[in-house]
Amino acid sequence: METMKSYSLETAVGLFVLAGLLCVGYLSVKLGKMELFGADGYVVKARFIDVTGLKEGASVELAGVRVGRVEAIGLSPDKRAILDLRLSKGVKLTDDAIVSIKTNGLIGDKYVKITPGGAGEPVPPGGMLTETESSVDLQDLIGKYVFGGVKEEKK
Amino acid sequence: MKTLSGILDIPASVGRMALGLAWELGSLFLFVCRGALLAFSLPLQWAKTVQQVFFIGVKSVSVILLIGLFTGMVLGLQGYYTLVKFGAEGLLGVAVALSIIRELGPVLTAIMITGRAGSSMAAELGIMRISEQIDALDAMGVSPVRYLFSPRLAASLICFPLLTAMFDVIGIMGGYLTGVLMLGVSPGIYMARIYDGVVMQDVTSGFVKSAVFAVLVASICCYQGYYAHRREGGFGARGVSLATTTAVVASCVSILAADYALTSFLL
Repeated sequence: METMKSYSLETAVGLFVLAGLLCVGYLSVKLGKMELFGADGYVVKARFIDVTGLKEGASVELAGVRVGRVEAIGLSPDKRAILDLRLSKGVKLTDDAIVSIKTNGLIGDKYVKITPGGAGEPVPPGGMLTETESSVDLQDLIGKYVFGGVKEEKK
Repeated sequence: MKTLSGILDIPASVGRMALGLAWELGSLFLFVCRGALLAFSLPLQWAKTVQQVFFIGVKSVSVILLIGLFTGMVLGLQGYYTLVKFGAEGLLGVAVALSIIRELGPVLTAIMITGRAGSSMAAELGIMRISEQIDALDAMGVSPVRYLFSPRLAASLICFPLLTAMFDVIGIMGGYLTGVLMLGVSPGIYMARIYDGVVMQDVTSGFVKSAVFAVLVASICCYQGYYAHRREGGFGARGVSLATTTAVVASCVSILAADYALTSFLL
């Protein structure tokens, strides 16, 4: 009887810990995008003048399909933004691909859009993409429109 | 002369309170340090810790799941009616998930466990103190802090993060229930926004919070019970009842205060 009782107590604790760890795993791997078995895919770098509003973990899309995410955002010695983009293995890019930062809707999150090139050399893992388009600052545009900056440029 | 002493009474009582508070905090800190150090002394108290995990963790699962579900559901409801004004009901998922993972999960879980397990820790240790069982342990050469407090501290450190994780998951499901099934947000958008919007830092900050709350709750509740005989308000049964009340109130206040401090550090 005594062993039976401690057995059921240990079973209950074991089930509780397993269920809890399952939830922890779901939260950190699925929601937090933690990489358990090392990251798969490969990294290419991209050089930007301005990446305002972009966050680490933002998705990278090619033709509207999610092919990777922004792994790190850093600064180069000449004060340009350097993005590390982790792309899935099957996606091969050429060095004339254009990388741009777009906004999801009017006030949505920023993401990275890759427009594939045609005739360039394949980019090796760790390679640098230099044809980039910085994020569009909506406030800047509105400011120019309201205060006539756009008109002056036309003249 | 009489008025002068009347005036001097005010700073004297303030000083007495300040000294009392400092003394109390210092004694609590020493109690926690002793408990934490003794938790690692050999032989490890596996059986007692498992028993405490059962009491603190397993028995709290049902109530945590219940309040997690309702918290998620009410967040889904409230969030929907606010977001729909801006045509942004697609953000409902990430609003629910972030508020639960970062704030409500750790805090509500800790407050709930304080009410369920913390109060009984204080009462149990308080009764052991006034019935002189703690003195008996001491007399037998068993360290009462190691025997009573260390397993509870270790078990709390195991249980709080696990229960918080359960709360988070069931809360997100509760938001899904109201948002998607009742109010008609697209299920794909709800989950996709969560996957896009939640980052690892949100999840880890939630777990750091719950670990800190675990130490706070276990130590405050055990401390109040362990030293129930030192209270000025009363001895015996009255001392235990005061200790239990103080334990719950002080735990809840310190959870909310620590939550603010931790949020400002972790953000």
